[in-house]
Amino acid sequence: MSTTEEKEQAVAENEQAKGGDEQAAEVAPVKPGTWRFLIPIAAFALGFMSHFSLGWVILPPILYAEKQQPIDFSHKLHVDEVGDCEGCHYFREDGSFSGIPELENCAECHEEAMGEDPEEAKLITEYIEPGKEIPWLIYARQPQCVFFSHAAHVKMGEMDCAICHGPIGDSDHVRPYQYNRLTKYSRDIWGWNIAGLSKNGWDYLKQADNSGEIKIEHAARMKMDDCAECHMEKRGTHDACFVCHK
Amino acid sequence: MKEAHHKADEKTYKFGMVIDLDKCTGCGACMVACMAENNLPFRKDNSDRLRSNLWMRVYKISNGRSFPDLDISFIPRPCQHCEGHGHHAATPCVSVCPATATDYSHETGIVSQVYTRCFGCRYCMAACPYHVRVFNWWDPTWPKGMSKYLNPDVSVRMRGVVEKCSFCYHRYQRAKNKAYAEERRELHEDEYQTACTQACPAGAITFGDLKNPEHKVYKLKKSPYAFRLLEKLGTNPKIYYVSTRDWVRKAGDVYLGKEGKDVTHA
Repeated sequence: MSTTEEKEQAVAENEQAKGGDEQAAEVAPVKPGTWRFLIPIAAFALGFMSHFSLGWVILPPILYAEKQQPIDFSHKLHVDEVGDCEGCHYFREDGSFSGIPELENCAECHEEAMGEDPEEAKLITEYIEPGKEIPWLIYARQPQCVFFSHAAHVKMGEMDCAICHGPIGDSDHVRPYQYNRLTKYSRDIWGWNIAGLSKNGWDYLKQADNSGEIKIEHAARMKMDDCAECHMEKRGTHDACFVCHK
Repeated sequence: MKEAHHKADEKTYKFGMVIDLDKCTGCGACMVACMAENNLPFRKDNSDRLRSNLWMRVYKISNGRSFPDLDISFIPRPCQHCEGHGHHAATPCVSVCPATATDYSHETGIVSQVYTRCFGCRYCMAACPYHVRVFNWWDPTWPKGMSKYLNPDVSVRMRGVVEKCSFCYHRYQRAKNKAYAEERRELHEDEYQTACTQACPAGAITFGDLKNPEHKVYKLKKSPYAFRLLEKLGTNPKIYYVSTRDWVRKAGDVYLGKEGKDVTHA
């Protein structure tokens, strides 16, 4: 208390002493000490902005690389034609899930060109005619230490595909495949949900919804945290690790 | 309260084994089947027991007498999947794991081992009274081309982690997967069997749900000749052994002092 009072006194005296000279100029110069409170604020803002941009703008492209799918593909168009997801992504008899369709499935309809899309022409000339499987990049491919049962979630849990994969059936284009340069795992399956942001779609369908019309209800939720969160709600925490990790 | 973590419609099991020691010939087929099923690496000379990793190990014990009274018995020893009494932390290895890499499942009664969580402190190995846990001192290697024959359902463990028998948990998951696809929750007895059970040519190993009266193990474990290893420790293991020979039962319980004076371990 006493020191601040002394300071205030000193400042007041100083002002009185200077008062006469400055009245002539009629412009109050910046008094020493009045603007200094800006220094910590500016320093904080500078530090915050630089680290914020480092974390959100600069580091992600360094850590994650991007690849384009071999063929641009409209899920929306195919869902309209086929009817549902299971037309192409089906269960086998032993309960295992087929995942990405094989070339055979595509060839059933695309033996000959159905339209004039250059991507379809590419599919036929580069893959169907030579009989070469399309090297799709799989967003949801899990590491080798992970077991996942589609049957448990879709058949027993009666979950909608979009709960984990996002509204991918509404997309007109495939989005780029992003993967971690160090682990080579897809960005969709591993990492933290920073403050739940992935729920808001910052890492999903940014490129896919370039028509601007798609309403994103929620993003793809396939990160380990997402799995754990749901399992905790539905099952409790016990033996949670061994359910998926083999 | 134990089942409180599970929804009412969730089926719970208590998987266990009954091993008939009078049938066991010590052929080691269970060990081989286990190694092939669970991607266990092997060494050039796998007879070195200090350095070879086995999840299923067959011990040989003898009554220590000379011919014609000599008798031997083989004890196949997978993980005992101890339940303990009461709280789940009563399982010796689970109670000491600082990483929650191992846990007791109330759904299956299986003691899990999650290799990606384990950081290799080996506290569990010290805690386990049955020596079922093994440590990977080296990264696994296979003869050229053999890695193509690995089981894709079981992950390969790296150097520096502890591993152990999981009752072929991946087979449980596969069976459950199939059951779910057929829209049923309960597994049939023959749908989930461990590799060692199926490999045993003598039919000495029986595997099933210990609390399901329709499973064979339910009846077998009630045999007056059944015993469990180190039962007096209170680990409540889920592997039952059956032998009509008194000295084998005594050896299995590891009686101390006077009680075990006519039993030696070879």
